[in-house]
Amino acid sequence: MTPKTSEKICGMGHSMKRKEDPRFIRGQGHYIDDFERPGMLWMDIVRSPYAHANITSIDSDEAMKVPGVLAVITGETLAQYNLHWMPTLMSDTQMVLPTEKVMYQSQEVAAVIATSRYAAADGVDAVRVGYEPLPVVIDPFKALEPDAPVLRTDKEGKADNHIWHWEAGDRDATEKALADSDVVVEQDIYLPRIHVASIETCGCLADYDKTNNQLTVWMTTQAPHAIRTVIALVAGHVGLTEERIRVISPDIGGGFGGKVPVYPGYVIAIAASVVIGKPIKWIEDRMENLQADSFARDYHMTVQLGAKSDGTFQALRIKTLADHGYADAAANPSKFPAGMFSICTGSYDLPHAFAEVDAAYTNKPPGGVAYRCSFRVTEAVHAIERIVDVMADELGRDPAELRAQNFIDKDEFPYKSVLGWEYDSGDYHAALDKAKEIIGYDDLLEEQAEKRERGELMGIGISSFTEIVGAGPSEQFDILGIKMFDSAEIRVHPTGKAIARFGTKSQGQGHETTYAQIVAEELGIPAEHVQVEEGDTDTAPYGLGTYASRSTPTAGAAGAMAARKIRAKARKLAAHLLEVSEEDLEWEPGRFFVKGAPELGKTIQDIAFAAYTNHPRGMEAGLEAVDYYDPPNLTFPFGSYICVVDIDRGTGEVHVRRFVAVDDCGNIINPMIVDGQIHGGLTQGLAPSLFEQITYDEDGNISQGGSFIDYLVPTAMEVPSWETDKTVTPSPHHPLGAKGVGESATVGAPPAIANAVVDALSHLGVRHIDIPMTPDRVWKLLKEKGAAL
Amino acid sequence: MATHQIRVTINGEAHERTVDSRLLLVHWLRDDLRLTGTHIGCDTTHCGACTVLLDGKPIKSCTLLAVQADGHELRTVEGLEQNGQLHPVQEGFWEKHGLQCGFCTPGMMLTASALLERNPSPSEAEIRRAISGNLCRCTGYVNIVKAVQHAAEKMRST
Repeated sequence: MTPKTSEKICGMGHSMKRKEDPRFIRGQGHYIDDFERPGMLWMDIVRSPYAHANITSIDSDEAMKVPGVLAVITGETLAQYNLHWMPTLMSDTQMVLPTEKVMYQSQEVAAVIATSRYAAADGVDAVRVGYEPLPVVIDPFKALEPDAPVLRTDKEGKADNHIWHWEAGDRDATEKALADSDVVVEQDIYLPRIHVASIETCGCLADYDKTNNQLTVWMTTQAPHAIRTVIALVAGHVGLTEERIRVISPDIGGGFGGKVPVYPGYVIAIAASVVIGKPIKWIEDRMENLQADSFARDYHMTVQLGAKSDGTFQALRIKTLADHGYADAAANPSKFPAGMFSICTGSYDLPHAFAEVDAAYTNKPPGGVAYRCSFRVTEAVHAIERIVDVMADELGRDPAELRAQNFIDKDEFPYKSVLGWEYDSGDYHAALDKAKEIIGYDDLLEEQAEKRERGELMGIGISSFTEIVGAGPSEQFDILGIKMFDSAEIRVHPTGKAIARFGTKSQGQGHETTYAQIVAEELGIPAEHVQVEEGDTDTAPYGLGTYASRSTPTAGAAGAMAARKIRAKARKLAAHLLEVSEEDLEWEPGRFFVKGAPELGKTIQDIAFAAYTNHPRGMEAGLEAVDYYDPPNLTFPFGSYICVVDIDRGTGEVHVRRFVAVDDCGNIINPMIVDGQIHGGLTQGLAPSLFEQITYDEDGNISQGGSFIDYLVPTAMEVPSWETDKTVTPSPHHPLGAKGVGESATVGAPPAIANAVVDALSHLGVRHIDIPMTPDRVWKLLKEKGAAL
Repeated sequence: MATHQIRVTINGEAHERTVDSRLLLVHWLRDDLRLTGTHIGCDTTHCGACTVLLDGKPIKSCTLLAVQADGHELRTVEGLEQNGQLHPVQEGFWEKHGLQCGFCTPGMMLTASALLERNPSPSEAEIRRAISGNLCRCTGYVNIVKAVQHAAEKMRST
């Protein structure tokens, strides 16, 4: 796509170098742990070694003797202010600090306030806690058995560990269609518990000014405005009303959904600052981050797909058990406890589908966050893209061909899916064809056949995913009742430069650049002269934040709409300056000119100056606008990925030899940034496919994934050189035709890799492998099939 | 607690301090000297966000005591830019979109700069090996490799 604007204006389509980078490459970013306040104290947290235990005593006498320790805060302390429990974003409840029992290993038990980082840690070591262990429930299937111990004894009348049931589609019609299908395949698929593992952990600096009754909280949050409202709802009764709370989200060292929830540490630090009257900093360490912060995935799925003998898909049924830990602390839109799981029909024209999810409590950390995906889309995509390959295997068909046969055709958009979504636009055949061409699909099939003859294991895997992002339209989407619009406010200064503020919050996505480019596209003000700000609730307009690939679909759209409001006023000003009627003016990037007389015109800079120096009578001075954008629909980015793997028969190690990703995120704002988002997303798709998982033993001890020792974030040695390309199918309803791209690759990559590994082993009778496909898991399978060396 | 008098040259400037025995180098740099470009990402020497150069070699400052740096020369990210001129590695990271959230970037750039000092023409495999002690969660490393290659080219041509 050729950009409409010049290099100087640098609107959409230009690979502008990032505006935020000059500070980052100099080490001058301001992340949470870089902030300091006069008189600042430190907080550190005592955590439970048990997964389920009554607390019999908390003795802080020794801790209080440690030099520098000023206070030990317990659940009893917080209970005095009714702050020992808090709501989750899913209207469940979780403890801030316990007064009776702990529910998972590493749960917060008490907090120590001290004059230094080291003194606080010494204090934590000196707090003595008495525990009386209770029976532990780790397996979510066992949690739902009738004789399972009831975990949430705090909930009056709760007699089991079932949280909720959710379903979509017509159960009876789907079951009938499955019964009528010529071929039905079924597969159990588990997506394990993983963690976002952003390189910066979470933390905050809470500073309560008693004189003015004003609380300022710098915190690692992807949704500062919503957090301010939550704090006001939780602490309003102690006098902290919303106008007295300022939340500032500074530079964030990676978020990926893990910095959406409100963690107990934030609340304790805020409460401690209010009580003690001093600024208090809390920064979690890596082990706390991995062991206690919200996990992702942990979906146990049983997937059935029915087809005619010619391969035409007839029906999809998915039954899922979701392990939520001891509280449902996901951050989904209220009406969607299983998120957007009903996108599970994927890229295919399925006449019948039924999906259901039951959620269970276990003795694990609370959560279910949308880790770099739009609320359970990763789970849904894995289910459909895996089962399509199982069906291809059953029918003896080429997986690419079977996909193409069942794709929703480009002429069928907008397409109403059987589970109720209206897909905005797509051209799935084009993306798959392009991916096949780039990777040389037919040659690979030949190579594979030759290698099999020689006993070598090589596999080719495809994933043709469809996402659902940009939540969302206010009739359906809210979090705690707050509708999921987003916002932009643009002010054009007299000299024609601008400041633009947004309700979202970048965590590395490059909003300072891409939002400036949106304003440049619409107003012709060079992007280098558009200053973008986010994250300060005192200055930015209210918005729901950045997650679920929603920034471009919502706040980006708001930016375009606010700019258009400004342009409408600029037209009136230009007409006034040129003494013509508005209808006689035409717009080109950065300038209105008189139709038929292009030399007669006024630049946006001339117009901005006039808005403050020479505005007509009856018109308000100034040139600014606000827009709260309520999207008419979600957007549906898609793509086709093809992965080639080689497997070492001696070690079971999977080597990703090539990976081609063809993405379609609609119109592109900054191609360089889009590519970077896809590289990163692919890597976060590779990670759980091959390396990462968090596991527990039957006593609830974290057995893998509690630190970077065995939570295996891929290094440069494991990550292949991703090959990216694109097709462009604009969204018909987004003002810029954009769809959002941040999560496509995280969602799309795992099934491509899983399908490639299964393909490498399919001639041995392997039909499915759960991720992560670690060397030991693959080697055991090879051994079982007699193929291990 | 025992304390020690230490003298360390950081980014060409001599610093003398009395420090506790147990004070980690990274905390001395960040909390005392306020050189906050060096970040902390883990507790186990895996992530490399805290990488600094000790006598030209990349080390993880979360696993070294401040007292162990006594008598040595350190370079942190704040010392990469010289006389208002970005280091070629800094230019490379900006030019090639080698960073997103920026949190791993200082450590990654210091490791890369040390690589280029000892190997002016590294292969892609050598670059990947050199930075394998530095985790990046955002970029997928592809553009980091390009950034280092860009810097190598620039350094060779000047």
